[in-house]
Amino acid sequence: MSASNMSDPTFLRGLTQRRFGRRDALRLSGLAGMGAALAACGVQGQGTQAPASAEPDAVAKFWNGKVKNGTLNFAGWPLYMDPKRPELKKFTAKTGIKVNYQEVIQEMGPWFAKVQPQLSAGQSIGFDLMVITNSFQFTQFRDSGFLAPLDHAKLPNYAKNAGAAYKKEAFDPGNAYSIPYASGMTGIAYDESKTGPIKGLADLWNNPKLKGKVGMFSDIQELGNFGLLKAGVNPAESTEDDWEKAAEELKKQKADGYVRNYYDQGYIDALGNGEVWATQAWSGDIFQKNLSDNRDFKFIIPEEGGTIWTDNFTIPITAKNPVDAIMAMDFFYEVANASTLAEYINYVCPVPAAQADMRARAAKLSGDDKEALLDVADSKLVYPTQAEYDKLHYYVAFEATSEQQKFQKTFEPIVLG
Amino acid sequence: MNRAKQKIAPYLLVLPGGIWLLIFFAVPMIAMLSLSLQEGDIVHGYRFTGHWQTYTEAISAYQTQIYRSLIYGAITTVVLIALAFPVAYFIAFYGGRKKGSYLFLVLLPFFVSFVLRTISWRQILTDEGPLLSPLRDAGVIGQSFHILGTPFAVIGGLVYNFLPFMVLPIYVALERIDPRVVEAARDLYANPATTFRRVIFPLALPGVFAGVLMTFVPASSDFVNSEVLGSSDTTMIGQVIQAQFLDNSDYPTASALSFVLMLVLLIGVFTYARILGTEDVMKVAAR
Repeated sequence: MSASNMSDPTFLRGLTQRRFGRRDALRLSGLAGMGAALAACGVQGQGTQAPASAEPDAVAKFWNGKVKNGTLNFAGWPLYMDPKRPELKKFTAKTGIKVNYQEVIQEMGPWFAKVQPQLSAGQSIGFDLMVITNSFQFTQFRDSGFLAPLDHAKLPNYAKNAGAAYKKEAFDPGNAYSIPYASGMTGIAYDESKTGPIKGLADLWNNPKLKGKVGMFSDIQELGNFGLLKAGVNPAESTEDDWEKAAEELKKQKADGYVRNYYDQGYIDALGNGEVWATQAWSGDIFQKNLSDNRDFKFIIPEEGGTIWTDNFTIPITAKNPVDAIMAMDFFYEVANASTLAEYINYVCPVPAAQADMRARAAKLSGDDKEALLDVADSKLVYPTQAEYDKLHYYVAFEATSEQQKFQKTFEPIVLG
Repeated sequence: MNRAKQKIAPYLLVLPGGIWLLIFFAVPMIAMLSLSLQEGDIVHGYRFTGHWQTYTEAISAYQTQIYRSLIYGAITTVVLIALAFPVAYFIAFYGGRKKGSYLFLVLLPFFVSFVLRTISWRQILTDEGPLLSPLRDAGVIGQSFHILGTPFAVIGGLVYNFLPFMVLPIYVALERIDPRVVEAARDLYANPATTFRRVIFPLALPGVFAGVLMTFVPASSDFVNSEVLGSSDTTMIGQVIQAQFLDNSDYPTASALSFVLMLVLLIGVFTYARILGTEDVMKVAAR
């Protein structure tokens, strides 16, 4: 890199701040989940839409008499918002609501285990707003009655600006309890200089160049999904027999010596330091890694298919300031705010109009700043096109805990060895 | 009156320790035992059903990891004795006025979180890291040779992390040896090797015994080193328990495994104490 490059503020920011980053945030992002349905893209799972499961008067019951208190305790994930919190400052300036943002959620399982005792005792967990993944724990939260039903009359920006796909998700029919914060995909990242071109999952099983250099996720849901896709099964529609088949595929991959290890968020470092050459990966991470470390890793959605997941705003049922919380949720659906958030985190933005906003902002910039912003605006990982959506699948939709446990037991031995 | 006092006195003396044990040991243990016998799931809650099958299921599912953990723990302990004894010996007998500084150096790693230190080993040992890259370029090792993800890396990490716990007790034992005993051995025409074998080593055994207890138990139940330095082929039982608790919310299985591990370690430690117990050690020392 040239000296002029080093002195460039954008470049330095990239080096020092992990500008587009969100690493640990994605640990376990997928531990099980319900299939989300994007009506626009014709992927399986649309048929599962059911009427909102909340009682008709539940919304009125919860929201009656609730008023704005001027305080908001917001539970988020590490590196999932600009550390200077520009959006939250703007929110405080606009509404007078003071925001206490804490990066307390790192994995879904432990987070549920942590707040479950308070919620079941009807006590406040200290947060009024939390971002949770559409994992199996989302269902646990909902089915335990821990989530407040949303009053959509208080969400005009969401109604106006959310992409059609983000208004009809199967894991939360009618968005009764949640609206998306950001979405992301699971695919393959690889170091092309070492591997040559890679097309899909077949490479992770058979490409002799990759023997002993493949990374897979230790997250059971993510691992199982790739096994299912390799077996030619859509995870969202899979049956117990399919799980067995998928487990066989994954065992073969391991026995043949292709898998170096099963990783959590550490996969990104393993890719960076050459421990693996091709790995299961989350979309936003790779963009960020390339930018912060000046690398050129490729990210593809495998030709056999990849998966998509969503992180969602939710209000715990015991929240002390639910009105402030729902105001913040809607605030993030103003185009300008969605745009700056997506610019920083680099995951799929649920507000399509943010793309035009980014381009408009980029037009006013120059040099590397402009280029960096245009990169995000044009990124198919932030604003996927129909071609991408066509290849993306949703998670297995577990009907009951016993099913989820069966899934867990089927794939767990592969990771725990 | 006096007699009554005498009768109560020992109980009163035991009381503080007894209460401490009750609150911090017995109560959590009983809670965990109860949890291990419950059935259900986290949404609907767990209910006590006396379901002992959880134990047999957990043992048959994870016996590989239990054996592996015990073997790793045992190897770690043996390597630790071999490494720590010379260090402790040097500090105790040749430390002189710098003893304090040496001991401080032994303890220095504690000033940084052991997770961080383990992660830095990851950076050093990684495939294209500062250690393996030059060796591979020089043709000393093959393309696919690696250290991370192997049992070698995991046991190495355990040895590294638990070294001070072995050095200190051995040092304390050696430090207490009366120099006149060693002089007496010399006066009686024992050569240095014999002095070490017949005098110094037996006197250090209580320290080794304590060191083994302080390292074997935590090393066998460790879940960090294998997580950071190992792979799916080196999974230890601690990792399984952690995964069952936090990722699966399967509290009964996690509790059952914790109990099994505790039981296995207790049996091991008692057997060890029986064979090489402190009393016998003292007898050896007194010989």
